[in-house]
Amino acid sequence: MSQAAANNPMNESHFRLPIGKILLYIVLIALSAFTLIPFVWMISASLKLDREVFAFPMKWIPETFHWENYTLIWSKVPMLTYFKNTAIIAICVTFIQTLTSSFAAYAFAKLNFRGRNVLFLCYIGTIAVPWQAYMLPQFILMRSMGLYDRLLAIMVLQAFSAFGVFLMRQFYQNIPNELCEAARIDGLSEYGIWLRIMLPLSTAAIATLVIFTFVGTWNDYMGPMIYLTREENKTIQVGLRRFIQENSSDYHLIMAASVVSLVPVSIVFLALQRYFIEGIATSGLKG
Amino acid sequence: MSQQAARAPQARKKYKMGKLERKNTLIAYSFLAPNFIGFAVFTLIPVVLSVIMSFTEWKGGALSSMQWVGGDNYASIFNTAKVGAKMAELGFFGGLDYFFTKVDLGIALKNTVFFTIVTVPLSLICAIALALVLNKAVKGAVAFRAILFFPYVASMVAICVCWNFMLMKNGPVNQILMSIGINFNKSWTADSTMAMWAIVLVSVWRNMGYYMVIYLAALQGVPRELYEAATVDGANKWQQFWSVTLPQLRPTTFFASIMLIIGCFKIYDTVAIMTNGGPGRATKMLVIYIYQEAFTNFRYGIASAISMVLLVIVLLVTIIQFSMESKYSNN
Repeated sequence: MSQAAANNPMNESHFRLPIGKILLYIVLIALSAFTLIPFVWMISASLKLDREVFAFPMKWIPETFHWENYTLIWSKVPMLTYFKNTAIIAICVTFIQTLTSSFAAYAFAKLNFRGRNVLFLCYIGTIAVPWQAYMLPQFILMRSMGLYDRLLAIMVLQAFSAFGVFLMRQFYQNIPNELCEAARIDGLSEYGIWLRIMLPLSTAAIATLVIFTFVGTWNDYMGPMIYLTREENKTIQVGLRRFIQENSSDYHLIMAASVVSLVPVSIVFLALQRYFIEGIATSGLKG
Repeated sequence: MSQQAARAPQARKKYKMGKLERKNTLIAYSFLAPNFIGFAVFTLIPVVLSVIMSFTEWKGGALSSMQWVGGDNYASIFNTAKVGAKMAELGFFGGLDYFFTKVDLGIALKNTVFFTIVTVPLSLICAIALALVLNKAVKGAVAFRAILFFPYVASMVAICVCWNFMLMKNGPVNQILMSIGINFNKSWTADSTMAMWAIVLVSVWRNMGYYMVIYLAALQGVPRELYEAATVDGANKWQQFWSVTLPQLRPTTFFASIMLIIGCFKIYDTVAIMTNGGPGRATKMLVIYIYQEAFTNFRYGIASAISMVLLVIVLLVTIIQFSMESKYSNN
């Protein structure tokens, strides 16, 4: 991107004081501040005493840093259990989703078979149907299958989305058919082609899908809220919500727990943000 | 007719599978099966069931207690009896007014539409502005992009609770407003007008980074020659924006608006955590209404009928997208 901006002829057309550029940075810094303020305030409040949080005038930097808030929350709520449940769900969903999606996408993109178009239409059709419109029969179905209040419910709920198949298929279609033909002539089976050719060529698409799925599952709120009621099954989002309802005036502790809940996704995001943003830019445009 | 007849034997020939083709089809199905079985059981069947359920009455318990009631659920959520009576009494608009101010579904629809109409343009404007600024800046663009995008990754519960606190009576937002002379001595989420704006604020704050990324990608695709030609023609930056950048971004804007509209109609998390539809029914949205009917009042038939209203709206928007998309791809 920086290269494209550097090539922009408009920036180089006049030699003058870079007032425009300075203005640009001021706007950018102001908007970034607006974006970051809630997070800064969250961290600041998490290090205060509860009566200091809404003190007037407010202080962005606490007088003394109350790090003990961060140890206190672990004893007030079973945060560790919440973390463990969320991690199990997120990892399993990501694994199943990526594997089965890329498998199915291969069939849709590279194989000719009877009923391909009808089946693909089923997938496409349900992308347009909001989950909220069918969550109720899904809930009743799951309950009758004995999945209510089990982590497995959230896993199967999230793992077979049409979106994953669609994303992978879009990517596979750009891989030339000649590659597969050549491999077939060399005697590779379809499974071999998927494993040895498609999978290695689609790391970018897989990275995108992995990040999307992981973050989406980690942050999912409505699903776990409907399905998981027992304390030992709750995920971090639902647990955090419960903690807020039960300790509604412990502002400092609520903020500390919120900060902790953000740490894992922040790490994943910072490590992989390039893939994430590129994934959105390409898959988002293709729709 | 004759053409059809001529094509028929060919079509039949195509569907008579040879040994090799049968083997290939089996292989294809084996690729599909792991995903499709899960997809069919947990998505496809529920979608079909939800249509059926909207015509039944069921209060939980044994499935055999489910009763077919025809259009009763729809009559009930639209409150056709009351609205019809009001229409007879006060005329068509009197009845409409009653529907949108007194009937739960009317209020939920009105709130959702209002929220959508306000949030979509605001998100788009912020996203375009950010993308334009970021497209010019050279140093630190990647860092700014990551910062501005971050709200989209952060979990809704943490974000919404934080904003709730910030918008409290003595919270930082009111304190900042007071320092510039605006005295709003109330929690935003407890005030029936400001509660909606609190949700709009959080939604725009969260959306803008995501759509900025999409606009940034689109800006890279605008041909440089167009700007050069515009400069030769003597267009200033502002004119360039209106006559080059904006028209070139039109397909992206269209796509982004569709995504945003659908997203706005499905809003749940933000409202559930920040206001839970309150105060009163001031921020009651469609999905909040569905949730309350299904999981608080256990009126499954009614909840399914409301779901169908949501489904029809989203499908209509999607159909518009598909029909318009072909138009844009021709250009």
